[in-house]
Amino acid sequence: MSGANDPYDPKEVAALAPETLQQAVDKAKAEFAAADSLEALAGVKPAHLGDKSPLLVARREIGALPPKARSEAGKRVNEAQALVKAAFDERRAQLEIERDERVLLEETVDVTLPWDRVPDGARHPVTTLSELIADVFVGMGYEVAEGPELEAEWFNFDALNFLPDHPARTMSDTFYIAPADSGLLLRTHTSPVQVRSMLERELPVYVVCPGRTFRTDEMDATHLPVFHQVEGLAVDKGITMGHLKGTLDAFARAMFGPESKTRFRPHFFPFTEPSAEVDVWFPEKKGGAGWVEWGGCGMVDPNVLLACGIDPEVYSGFAFGMGIDRTLQFRNGIPDMRDMVEGDVRFTTAFGTEAE
Amino acid sequence: MRIPLSWLRSHVDLPDSVTPQQIAETLIGLGFEVEDLSALDDVTGPLVVGRVVAIEELTEFKKPIRYVQVDVGDSEDDDEDATSLPETRGVVCGATNFTEGDLVVVALPGAVLPGGFAIAARKTYGHTSNGMICSARELGLGDDHAGILVLPSGEASPGDDAAPLLGLDDTVIELDITPDRGYAMSIRGLARELACAYETTLMDPAALAVPGAEGEAHGVHIEDQHGCPRFVARRVTGLDPTSPTPWFMRRRLMLAGIRSISLAVDVTNYVMLETGQPMHAFDTSSIKGGLVVRRAKPGEKLSTLDDVERALDPDDIVICDDTGPISLAGVMGGASTEVRGDSTDILLEAAVWDPPSIGRAVRRHKLPSEASKRFERAVDPALAPAAAERAAQLLREHGEARIQPGRTDVGRPELPGPVLMAMDLPDRVAGVNYARGVTAHRLSQIGCNIEVGVTDTGRPAVIATPPTWRPDLTRPADLVEEVLRLEGYHTIPSVLPSAPAGRGLTASQRRRRAVSRTLAQHGYVEVLPFPFVLSSTWDAFGLAEDDIRRNTVKVLNPLDADRAEMTTTLLPGLLEALARNVSRGMRDVALFHIGQVVLPRAQQVPVPAVAVNQRPTDAEIATLNAAIPNQPVHVAAVLTGNRQRDGWWGKGEPATWADAIQAARSVAEAAGVEVTIQAGDLLPWHPGRCAELRVGDFPVGHAGELHPKVIEALGLPKRTCAMELDLDLLPLVQRRPAPQVSPYPPVLLDVAIVIDASVPVAEVSAALQAGGGDLLEESHLFDVYTGEQIGEGKRSLAYSLRFRAPDRTLTVEEATAAKEAAVTLLTDRFGAILR
Repeated sequence: MSGANDPYDPKEVAALAPETLQQAVDKAKAEFAAADSLEALAGVKPAHLGDKSPLLVARREIGALPPKARSEAGKRVNEAQALVKAAFDERRAQLEIERDERVLLEETVDVTLPWDRVPDGARHPVTTLSELIADVFVGMGYEVAEGPELEAEWFNFDALNFLPDHPARTMSDTFYIAPADSGLLLRTHTSPVQVRSMLERELPVYVVCPGRTFRTDEMDATHLPVFHQVEGLAVDKGITMGHLKGTLDAFARAMFGPESKTRFRPHFFPFTEPSAEVDVWFPEKKGGAGWVEWGGCGMVDPNVLLACGIDPEVYSGFAFGMGIDRTLQFRNGIPDMRDMVEGDVRFTTAFGTEAE
Repeated sequence: MRIPLSWLRSHVDLPDSVTPQQIAETLIGLGFEVEDLSALDDVTGPLVVGRVVAIEELTEFKKPIRYVQVDVGDSEDDDEDATSLPETRGVVCGATNFTEGDLVVVALPGAVLPGGFAIAARKTYGHTSNGMICSARELGLGDDHAGILVLPSGEASPGDDAAPLLGLDDTVIELDITPDRGYAMSIRGLARELACAYETTLMDPAALAVPGAEGEAHGVHIEDQHGCPRFVARRVTGLDPTSPTPWFMRRRLMLAGIRSISLAVDVTNYVMLETGQPMHAFDTSSIKGGLVVRRAKPGEKLSTLDDVERALDPDDIVICDDTGPISLAGVMGGASTEVRGDSTDILLEAAVWDPPSIGRAVRRHKLPSEASKRFERAVDPALAPAAAERAAQLLREHGEARIQPGRTDVGRPELPGPVLMAMDLPDRVAGVNYARGVTAHRLSQIGCNIEVGVTDTGRPAVIATPPTWRPDLTRPADLVEEVLRLEGYHTIPSVLPSAPAGRGLTASQRRRRAVSRTLAQHGYVEVLPFPFVLSSTWDAFGLAEDDIRRNTVKVLNPLDADRAEMTTTLLPGLLEALARNVSRGMRDVALFHIGQVVLPRAQQVPVPAVAVNQRPTDAEIATLNAAIPNQPVHVAAVLTGNRQRDGWWGKGEPATWADAIQAARSVAEAAGVEVTIQAGDLLPWHPGRCAELRVGDFPVGHAGELHPKVIEALGLPKRTCAMELDLDLLPLVQRRPAPQVSPYPPVLLDVAIVIDASVPVAEVSAALQAGGGDLLEESHLFDVYTGEQIGEGKRSLAYSLRFRAPDRTLTVEEATAAKEAAVTLLTDRFGAILR
């Protein structure tokens, strides 16, 4: 409000009148609201927030007012300007949201497009199952032992209590190495690794031996001349056949699920006495829950311990062996074993990179 | 072995309520694998005995057809009129092995034979066939389909119901007997096992009174006591060679899968199945002089029963007369002394042979037989006199033969000796506390003579003397198995042992997994080819005659003669798999394999003979290992087609030599080992596109594109690439050193140089790094350019360089100085010019 004594230019000072300020604010709001894009908003911004906008022009008039009136007028202008600024910011925020939404919509792609530039690799299920088996036994405290595939007959037969000319020596259809008296062969089981373990390691011995093995079987749906076995061996004081059962039960559960179980049938192997064949029962067996012949096992024959320099009066042991390919076949329902060796990528790729 | 359960049951007192399935399960629990259990199929409807009255040969057909009149007891005539012919019915039959008067089995219209074969009256070959005359196979009694089943006369009358006579309610069990249980290859042995399991009575077929003898049946001299521990002979004369084998015997042999030949031969087979003693029947009149048992002499020959002349081996045990060998002992008799259709004078042999000798002879002559299967496993040495007597009695009973008073019984068989076993050993092995007395009871059940004793350490022990039929029981462990198996393995508890803490996988095992995963992550698919290499491979690879890879270890008995060699490289198997995939329509194929190869030693040392009764010495173990070829683990990969496929993103990238080398680099990275790469020249690789990979100065493998000639020779897709590394040559990295990661800002500079195109990039990069010094954190080759502006034989290499100091903010001046030092080195070393 102007004092009566002050020089006063009605025209100029009218700009500070409340009604005038309100008009400016209303006009700004209306034009901001009418701006339908960030660009349009920027276009109307100088008219309301620029140097020549009515409010800034009005602010410059404050000095013309009598000192008493200045403070009030200044407050009024500030309030009006804050309203305009708020209206602008609000509209800009709104328009930015609208713009962002539009841009994101425009950038939409078909996420179902394939990106198989490099075809998938895969690991052979026999490899991954071997690893899984090794891991199960490592978890029980065993170590993984390995050895040569081309072996001395001594490790493969002699040390394992196969007497010369015993039918068992020809039972397992051996590939022999030339010449005829070489004393070498392709191992028919991974048991020579057990012998090596007993000779090389400190007692007690707990090892699992996965590896490639060979027998002169013609190839068909359930036989391969080159196949894989896993054998286990525990030699310690006080080892019993009950321990063998417990170990194979744990193994079976790891392979075939918590409900699976094993069954022993008396059998003959030169390297174990007593010996048994072991069957496994599991619910997901192809064709319904039931028993499958799984492998052989028994208590290490005292002659084998002797050949390895272990006193059978003090130590006892158990051993077992299973075909990995065979286990894979009935565990995963593979119809024909030949699929495992033909190397067709469609077979291996189906199994990915880890055993499942 | 196959046997009808009715035969088994006739020697062990089992309750009728025990089913065939239960018997089979009991036998499985005792350790006998049941291969098959099959009930004979029932025949429904009228199946009767018929007598052949008249045969009309129908000759107008391509094959012999008979129209047969059979009397099947249709005659309702109550008062027998000897003059009138019996009422008959006409049946058409294609077999010719019967004659008028024979008894046959006739399925009448309305009967249904095994397999659902329904019989009806039908018109065929111009006659109405009012039924069918059956063969053994049609009745489900065996595989014999050579002719129809002719029953011995007197066994039945026309019109009798044939089903009870044929015993069609029987079940046949087929068992696989393990090599340690020779005694169980008989009714006698299996009946004993069942008697143990059911705690019931055995009717031992060998428990017969063997009468005293006067003199020898025939002169027999054993020259080789080891080969022939016992030889018993009994002689019968006056055998009626036309006597048929009685029906019960033929039926049992038939169901056991043994063909009926003649009464004398059938009796020997029957006694073998019944008692476990294989026997041989000689035609006595064909034997010239006394018999001698010895090993064959070099050059000797023998015509065996199957009319094959066999060259004998000096290891063969033979029975000889004055003319030389007349029988291959325990394996097959000779043709010259074979029982013939007119033989009346029979010498029955029941002998025991050295099992390993028989085993070797069987394999040498490839002549496995029912007899050799038993001899190989060991035959009860006390059994021979009873078996010979049983056979002689059967010939007397069914062939009107006279048993001669003499018996030959020579040889000194070894009998099982006593075994001392701590009384609680079975408990300790099983982990079970068996009831008191169980051990002694079970051992006496199987025929051991039991005494009580003490061990060396004064503990209670059992002294068991095994029966003569159990030569396999020689050690405490053998006795333990008997106790455990008879008590049942199912009574053994399931207990986990507590193993000591293990050390986990070894470094090389972990590395192998890492390499395998890395290759799979890079798009390679693992395959597991066989290690038998095709003999034409080395020529296809273009290898020189003296190439080390041609030096292979050979398999003596390969499945495929062309694949006798153990491969020295993994590439042949991988390339075969690649070709197979391509032939199956796959185009982009990348494969890998990790496996052992076999490399012969430069100097092959013979495998030493090492005993097994104690630990071999360290020197012996070393010699054994030195005799085994070196077998390093290799890793190899092959690839063809596109490495990156064509797609909506644009063109793909073909698989190239660079991918193969990168695969090798990835393997090295997974192993934590730095490999250097230089140009190599090794077949089967392309001479200009082959990299040699080294660790330090040591070559560890090769990678690149295959030689076009090799690709052509193997029929592979063009530009097929491959890599192979000897994984065992990569040093194992125990702990990788940690890098120093500087937090200060880098200075990024580019540099382009022009240099002789013959200078390998690897050398340029190495020199750049050396010249740039420690401040050069990383250099990356981002462009290789050749063209007119650069000049003939030159190329431009452009690198982006990242410089950084470990302890301060590097200035541009410092970085530029380092870059200039690098360029200077390149100029000095290779004449490079800054572009």
